[in-house]
Amino acid sequence: MEQILQDIGKQFKITDIVKKRDNLNFITCEKEQTISLITYLRDIKGFSHFVLLSVVDWIEDGVFQLVYFLNNPDKKIDIGIRTMISRENATMTSAHHLWEQIATYQRELKEMYGIDFPGSPRVDESFILEGWDDIPPMRREFDTKKYSEENFFPREGRETNDPEEYMKKKLYPDEEK
Amino acid sequence: MAIEEQNKKNKFIDPDLEKREILSPDGEIIKIDPMKDYFCDAKPKVHEPANKVIEKFLNWSRANSLWVLAFGTGCGSIEIPSLMTSRFDANRFGVQMRPTPRQSSVFIISGYLAVKTLKRVIRSYEQMQEPRYVVALGSCTVNGGMYYDSYNTINRLDYYIPVDVYVAGCMPRPEAMLAGFNKLKERIKAGRAEGANEYAEKFDWYKANQKKIIKDWNMPDYNW
Repeated sequence: MEQILQDIGKQFKITDIVKKRDNLNFITCEKEQTISLITYLRDIKGFSHFVLLSVVDWIEDGVFQLVYFLNNPDKKIDIGIRTMISRENATMTSAHHLWEQIATYQRELKEMYGIDFPGSPRVDESFILEGWDDIPPMRREFDTKKYSEENFFPREGRETNDPEEYMKKKLYPDEEK
Repeated sequence: MAIEEQNKKNKFIDPDLEKREILSPDGEIIKIDPMKDYFCDAKPKVHEPANKVIEKFLNWSRANSLWVLAFGTGCGSIEIPSLMTSRFDANRFGVQMRPTPRQSSVFIISGYLAVKTLKRVIRSYEQMQEPRYVVALGSCTVNGGMYYDSYNTINRLDYYIPVDVYVAGCMPRPEAMLAGFNKLKERIKAGRAEGANEYAEKFDWYKANQKKIIKDWNMPDYNW
């Protein structure tokens, strides 16, 4: 693993390395270099298995963090490639030519987060949400409760308790707050 | 560029609903428009019982042979296999599963309903023969349950299709479902399970509610 990280460091601009375990590392690289880094890992370093493509919404920093997760079945090591893209007009280079299944992940991210992957097959079709016309629902500025109340006729009389307060009252009724 | 063109071409249209030319059995080529030719565009009607004595007998026989549409919509559909097999054996109560909407009279809504599923549910419900009954399982169909604030699951089922019996729980066990079926039988025998007529009476209201959340309505308005 050390050797692989050193090799990557020579060829690509790596901004951050997080070591979780001996066989699991996360590296952060620039948006432009991501696809070539993944190609390099797949073709030269033996990371032939694509595990998942995920995204984290850092609304405070105004970025999406894409995570491409790869696995090397021979050496039994995993690597996560993180890259930051802007939340405004979020666009990323498509990687469907490396593994076919990435196209499905990209289609889902387009629908749930509004990240565009130009050129990816069927990326503009609706995937799970049919005919969605609001902002993408997994973005953190989307208020799902408000949307539900406006659209789905909530039934009257629903009560919710704060679990901490409720259990305190129930278990220690004598104790003052 | 080729892929972008392909994307445009692939825009999903239900192939069963497209206009097309087909070869008839006589060797003639005929044009069909499935949205007009395959579906009736008349609104549903309220069916009044012709004779109250006969209706009572009919209701008794309906109640004793409940044919359930095998359509699992949520997590509750996992209870149905155990309901039908040897331990709980719903066949004792005259309940059996049927594969198509045309053959069945009871629709079990087993749990939460996503908007995408609701579209299929409405389509299946409208294709069922009258009289038809709906059993709604779980708290999700009552008030949304644990998904009350979800952007994609409905809160109240009775705004979209009429419900005869609610079985509360999360999820209800097969015993509770059997109790629900017995309750449904009582209702049918008493002549109170008039969901299909209620649907016909308040048809515009139900349709408006359905169309409010199903935004790409790419099916016929009336599915019978």
